[in-house]
Amino acid sequence: MPTVLLILILLGMSSAAFYLGHRRAVELSGRSSKKIALHSRPVYYGALTALWCGIPALLIFVFWLAFEGNIITRMVLSDLPARYRDLPDDRTNLLVNNIKNQVEGNIVSIKEDPDILQAAQHYRNLRSVSRTALGITVLSLAIGGILLVWRRIKPSFRARNHVETVVRCILIVCSIIAILTTIGIVLSVLYESIRFFKEVPLSDFLFGLEWSPQTAIRKDQVGSSGAFGAIPVLLGTALISAIAMVVAVPVGLMSAIYLSEYAGSRFRAAVKPLIEILAGIPTVVYGFFAALTVAPFIRNAGGYLGLDVSSESALAAGLVMGIMIIPFVSSLSDDFINAVPQSLRDGAYSLGATRSETIKQVILPAALPGIVGGVLLAVSRAIGETMIVVMAAGLAANMTVNPFKAVTTVTVQIVTLLVGDQEFDSPKTLAAFALGLLLFLVTLVLNIIALRVVQKYREQYE
Amino acid sequence: MSKSDPVDNNGPRRAIDIVREGLEKRYRAERRFRRNGFLAITISLFSLFVLFASMIINGYSAFWQTYIRLDIFFDAELLHQEALASADYDGLVKNALQTVFPDAQNRQERRDLFKLVSSGAAFELRKRVLDDPAIIDQRKSVWVLADDDVDMLIKGHQGRNLPESERRINNRQLQWLDFLKAENRIEKRLNWTFLSHGDSREPEMAGVWGATMGSFLTLIITLILSFPIGVAAAVYLEEFAPKNRWTDLIEININNLAAVPSIVFGLLGLAVFLNFFGLPRSAPIVGGFVLALMTLPVIIIASRSALKSVPPSIREAALGVGASKMQMVFHHVLPLALPGMLTGTIIGMARALGETAPLLMIGMVAFIVDIPKGFTDPATVLPVQIYLWADSPERAFVERTSAAVIILLAFLIIMNAAAVILRKRFERRW
Repeated sequence: MPTVLLILILLGMSSAAFYLGHRRAVELSGRSSKKIALHSRPVYYGALTALWCGIPALLIFVFWLAFEGNIITRMVLSDLPARYRDLPDDRTNLLVNNIKNQVEGNIVSIKEDPDILQAAQHYRNLRSVSRTALGITVLSLAIGGILLVWRRIKPSFRARNHVETVVRCILIVCSIIAILTTIGIVLSVLYESIRFFKEVPLSDFLFGLEWSPQTAIRKDQVGSSGAFGAIPVLLGTALISAIAMVVAVPVGLMSAIYLSEYAGSRFRAAVKPLIEILAGIPTVVYGFFAALTVAPFIRNAGGYLGLDVSSESALAAGLVMGIMIIPFVSSLSDDFINAVPQSLRDGAYSLGATRSETIKQVILPAALPGIVGGVLLAVSRAIGETMIVVMAAGLAANMTVNPFKAVTTVTVQIVTLLVGDQEFDSPKTLAAFALGLLLFLVTLVLNIIALRVVQKYREQYE
Repeated sequence: MSKSDPVDNNGPRRAIDIVREGLEKRYRAERRFRRNGFLAITISLFSLFVLFASMIINGYSAFWQTYIRLDIFFDAELLHQEALASADYDGLVKNALQTVFPDAQNRQERRDLFKLVSSGAAFELRKRVLDDPAIIDQRKSVWVLADDDVDMLIKGHQGRNLPESERRINNRQLQWLDFLKAENRIEKRLNWTFLSHGDSREPEMAGVWGATMGSFLTLIITLILSFPIGVAAAVYLEEFAPKNRWTDLIEININNLAAVPSIVFGLLGLAVFLNFFGLPRSAPIVGGFVLALMTLPVIIIASRSALKSVPPSIREAALGVGASKMQMVFHHVLPLALPGMLTGTIIGMARALGETAPLLMIGMVAFIVDIPKGFTDPATVLPVQIYLWADSPERAFVERTSAAVIILLAFLIIMNAAAVILRKRFERRW
């Protein structure tokens, strides 16, 4: 049975359950000669029936589908002839892919092999058995749920309280998803990283000065060793982020100051949304802009000045990233500047300070913690930014702080290591997860500090 | 003689004089500061302007495409009835070109001649014949796609005054094209191919429709998951959660998740959805899952502030007439907060639409020609399509990438405008 159809049936049954429960409640209260009042409004009896019909069935449905694929694959593999069973992991993966392609009717990459065909047939059989069983289980659960509630409906039955408990549980589960996401991120990245650090020692990764993540296909290949020293990659990330911050912090801060302290309300109303458009532009567009317009411009300009600028210079990527972060810095600073109480300004003016003196000597010091927090958030964003650097920065891990040379970043390396064909066990792909772990930890620390600072600051003037 | 300074002559020096002396300098500093502020705004707006201008200048021409009119003779000898689908339609095009230019005789010349027309022309003819087999053995005038190099030349993206070795169109081809033009056989038309096709290796046949559908399918999954879950989480945290260490933890968590780099979500998707649960690569459903996890914090934060802005008097009134807490939230507070929540959701969706990096991780970067029809078909999305085309060396892809950027930005502007309108119309000030 197709899964979509099953969901539709389940939805239909839930609506029917609502109707049944509702009618049953109305009937019960009306039929008895004494006209016993229902504890809850009839809607709640309907809702409870519908919930009991839909939710257990849906849960089983989701879990079933989540694990079905793995279990069937394993069963098919264990039934294959012995010569397939002791293959190394990557060959097994290839085999599984072939079987699956055969099942889906796609083109198979190797010649048709009777064993594979048989396995595919086996797979198809198991899957149809599983789907039938799933259909029966889900439908009987749904019907069972309806019957269970139906029998308990009495005028004195506290349906509203039950519904509210269920709804409350659903709400709690929804808020826990955020925590589950974090745990999922940490576990998935950590697990692969630990496998990576079993092959490459942690100290080599953190302090190594060379990054060239090629691994050999054959043992005797030239340059087969593969070096996983993260320092050049981190240096490149720091360089590009620093350029971005050099652009974004002064421009963003000054824009915010001008908008909140000098500009008239009409100018402000016109310009502020325009600057915020910059924040809404997708990063891939910035990346294309950097590669198409900014990088050639910088290279030509450098050429006139007699500088040797690489076509994938750190400067181009950093500059465009800075433009991307301007609205981020400016809107946060704007908030914090506006949060400074008017009385501080008035005090400064009454002492005869000019506007700029008030801003520089009163408002900025007062807003400083908030602005620092905002800048930290911006740094964490610059470090984690991917598309601009993937499209405009280079791949070669050079140890340099020269902004005209090509450098690479953590995110670029993650993308290049994981996009395309990959064997899941080589240190090459696992290295991407180690870099991911590093990225996650660094941004996490920055975010926590920044959020703390910002929150402290907000409380100060509230 | 130390007593002979101005203080002695004019009495004690007054504070106002010191202030006056410094005033000129201070006003200069003031003007400078103000000018710097204005300069900063100019820089921001200028970058915005340059970005849009460079996309539009590079991209607008992609909405037109050069076509060449050929008199095709649907030769019954080439089109055997029994194998119409696999007949030699290329041959028809070649014959038609050969009749216009009988002077191309040797192999090299003929190859150059055939290069003027896109390989898509044969597909077009095939479609015509299959739609209406009656045209076999007739002579019809047909507009066929020109090759991308021809297209670039006609649009003026490739200078015809360059030396021959630097041009992709040689002198002979240039003569032929001029002849075709003089005969009114070359025309620029609205580029439907670009708007209705999937990806292709040939720039003139590549379109954004496949990626648009992929984006659409992915966003549907994202919306279905993230809106209800986000609103539910916000309602719980704002209205029901007791103030304790657990809810504090959840709160810090959500704020942090909102600032985690998007690529890390891609790693999560790769490790959990693809490797652990074995979901298909490149599928909109997995993309939707990953983007939903990413959008969730945005929606939760926006929904919470929408709930916060509903005044407590509403809650007290509801409780006062005997509503339970759940009834108070779902019957009174939630409807009032809904416009604010929807605004936040639209903004979150707009961000998800522009997101690229996590989708690269889960394999939505494959070269996919077919237009996806379901949630598990391999697909790509608009931003990834931009990324893929930006990597292609052909000049014609620069134009198409910019055009795809224009389309993506148009979608985003529409979504954000919808959010603004929603906020203006339904937001109540208390």
